[in-house]
Amino acid sequence: MELNSNIPNGPLSEKWTKYKINQKLVNPANKRKLDIIVIGTGLAGASAAASFGEMGFNVKVFCIQDSPRRAHSIAAQGGINAAKNYANDGDSVQRLFNDTIKGGDYRAREANVYRLAEVSNNIIDQCVAQGVPFARDYSGLLANRSFGGAQVSRTFYAKGQTGQQLLLGAYGALSKEIEKGTVKMYTRREMLDLVVIDGRARGVIVRNLITGELERYAAHAVVVASGGYGRVFYLSTNAMSSNGSAIWQCYKKGACMANPCFTQIHPTCIPVHGDYQSKLTLMSESLRNDGRIWVPKDAEKARLLREGKIKATDIPEEERDYYLERRYPAFGNLVPRDVASRAAKERCDAGYGVNNTGRAVYLDFKEALQRLGKKAVEEKYGNLFEMYERIVDENPYVTPMMIYPAVHYTMGGLWVDYELQTTVKGLFAAGEANFSDHGANRLGASALMQGLSDGYFILPYTMQNYLADQINVPHFSTDSKEFEEAENAVRQKIAKILAINGNTTVDTFHRRLGHIMWEKVGMARTEQSLTEAIAEIKELRAEFWQHVKVPKTEGMNTELEKALRVADFLEMGELIARDALMRNESCGGHFRSEYQTPDGEALRDDEHYAFVAAYEYQGVDNEPVLHKEELRFENVELKQRNYK
Amino acid sequence: MNIKLKIWRQHNAAAKGEFVEYQLNEVPAEASFLEMLDILNEQLVLKGDDPVAFDHDCREGICGACGLYINGHPHGKFKNTTTCQLHMRKFKDGDTITVEPWRSEAFPIIKDLMVDRSAFDKLIQAGGYISVHTGGVPDANTIPVSKRNADLAMDAAACIGCGACVAACKNSSAMLFVGAKVSQFALLPQGQIEGEDRVQKMVARMDELGFGNCTNTFACQAECPKNISVSNIARMNRQYLAAKIGGKKTN
Repeated sequence: MELNSNIPNGPLSEKWTKYKINQKLVNPANKRKLDIIVIGTGLAGASAAASFGEMGFNVKVFCIQDSPRRAHSIAAQGGINAAKNYANDGDSVQRLFNDTIKGGDYRAREANVYRLAEVSNNIIDQCVAQGVPFARDYSGLLANRSFGGAQVSRTFYAKGQTGQQLLLGAYGALSKEIEKGTVKMYTRREMLDLVVIDGRARGVIVRNLITGELERYAAHAVVVASGGYGRVFYLSTNAMSSNGSAIWQCYKKGACMANPCFTQIHPTCIPVHGDYQSKLTLMSESLRNDGRIWVPKDAEKARLLREGKIKATDIPEEERDYYLERRYPAFGNLVPRDVASRAAKERCDAGYGVNNTGRAVYLDFKEALQRLGKKAVEEKYGNLFEMYERIVDENPYVTPMMIYPAVHYTMGGLWVDYELQTTVKGLFAAGEANFSDHGANRLGASALMQGLSDGYFILPYTMQNYLADQINVPHFSTDSKEFEEAENAVRQKIAKILAINGNTTVDTFHRRLGHIMWEKVGMARTEQSLTEAIAEIKELRAEFWQHVKVPKTEGMNTELEKALRVADFLEMGELIARDALMRNESCGGHFRSEYQTPDGEALRDDEHYAFVAAYEYQGVDNEPVLHKEELRFENVELKQRNYK
Repeated sequence: MNIKLKIWRQHNAAAKGEFVEYQLNEVPAEASFLEMLDILNEQLVLKGDDPVAFDHDCREGICGACGLYINGHPHGKFKNTTTCQLHMRKFKDGDTITVEPWRSEAFPIIKDLMVDRSAFDKLIQAGGYISVHTGGVPDANTIPVSKRNADLAMDAAACIGCGACVAACKNSSAMLFVGAKVSQFALLPQGQIEGEDRVQKMVARMDELGFGNCTNTFACQAECPKNISVSNIARMNRQYLAAKIGGKKTN
């Protein structure tokens, strides 16, 4: 297999324009003859499906939830970046590009990132036209705020519910096409296999989560926009049904997985409180605009805090260590997520952590409350403060919040070329499901930007280019042997799981996997921890296939749904650990303790690791083949990231 | 804490349902209500029983998937709280907690506590959007929107589509849900072009789908986890009336 990124020639700023001029088109009469399947209705999936429908293609779109409006994009809080420079603070497409490349620690493709920055402005225009109620200032024009990893205010937001509002915009567009009949919506369906015919993606096998039946759907092309795989860590900020199974089946059918070890740990989450906990709650990092992060300077005081003998408010100003402001005076509390997360872990590991677990730091609004007044703080962050109080039972207007990093986003995903096409022809990946734009670390407010960019502004062009030579291919029948085989394989896998009837629940296995991943493949990884993790995951996987207990209930079977996902996570975890072990450097969210600067910053090795690692599946028990896509930086200078 | 649960169990839409009692011990006070159900389900699975089916996803109060009738209130009795944000510390040791699915003809039961809310999607499909196509739209700052209207539109748009308003209403009315969507666009200049059509189409679809009418009890507002105001219903009524008096027929 040869990886070809298909990046157009010419100067960076002209590549996308040139591509659009030269792409092939499909005339309206032919569009009607072509079918596209879209998996997922988050920002990427919904916007792509709606746009395809408007163009005149026949679209079938699938989601796991009861409604397309519930995809997990809905939970994104903080905002969406765009290079509008409305704030007149020196922003530009070039600067957004620079920040994203630098934020990703120079492990993303220049051409993709530039295109993302270029279309960012169109997204805001589009969403405003859809009636997305972005925050505005008194002039009636759009308001902006700043976000981690940037020194300009380029983030557009709708209270603390930006993801919700953008998703509802895309859901509206999708609903419009469903009403028109160009898009057919299938809810409560989970993709369990990809059907490949003569080397091209031609359909999917899905499980109807209500009836339990397996269903076959055929198309000329398939888009996977099923989100990230963060729940391989069990506890994460992802939704309960977020999973990696759709992309994992694509991987097993020949699509390469790229940079699987690049996972993002978000610094501002509510700390873990117990074993039965099912998920972690993120609070928007916009809180870092006004909140100041600290731990006590004195480890003894930290101990007393952990034991509940003193309170945070008992620690006077001069005894507080605002460690981000101390270490990074230029960016302070607004350093990128990976830097902020590691710094919190460093303080807690050194014995300065608070909360009864010692796994928390303070995020304090005392200064902001004095500077802005309670009303202004409430206006900006009221819903977040309320959410915090509900979960922790403490009032953040009085007592500082406690935060700790949690798994939030996966930069890795299916390898795609410039057209967002995977190594399987006709299989495209969009949004968090692909690896393309964020390198080794995603900047805040860039996930929404990428999801909508892929769906509204990239795929409609590249998909057309692919389908242009498919106009003579008739609609596919689902009776072919390829569909038969794929469905049978799924059927057998389900039968195998149901037949085990062991003594351990799916959740127990998932929690144990999560424990291995967090401890050994988490924020700081070493050769030793990763080697151990690989062995332990293999053992756990073997145990799963001997002892998992799944009820044999006909029809809806929620335990079976979870079991199928965890079975895939038990394979994915191993690949993540392998990738992390291969990458003998630290970059962005991937921190290998062996590779750090004297002051504890990530130490990249550009000479040996400036490449995208793309893995080709060789069977569950065999090592995958590693393909390298060398990254060439012609427009930015590779530097050690410096937020001081 | 130790609690007793009375949960509605119903194998599928056609089956006859019944309340089943479960004793659940040593429930941690920090657990959310759904985590408490997870604990119950894990015990049921180990015993070889079928776990209780319920919808849930983000577990942070925004996706709108969860929705249980808890002790006679949608999402429980606490204000501005979704089921997933309700914590067990709000209950006392020894409490009996009754858990039912949404009760509305427009939301048929699928299994146990899970109902079919696709009627809400159909309502949105009737016109709960601005019909712009991708691309070719003006610059975002071309049309200013007063901060007041933008904020009110945002308040209306905060609806999570959980269905508590319908479940709370004795008439199973979807007026708060539709009113919120109509209001969001009625408050924005971009929404004006299709305003008259939108309100008529959505109201007509509401009737087709079997939702009842509004008799101003405001139970919807009282139980809405996102504090959506009934003033949105008033705004929709004004829009509807204006569209009818204006004499404009729907397309």
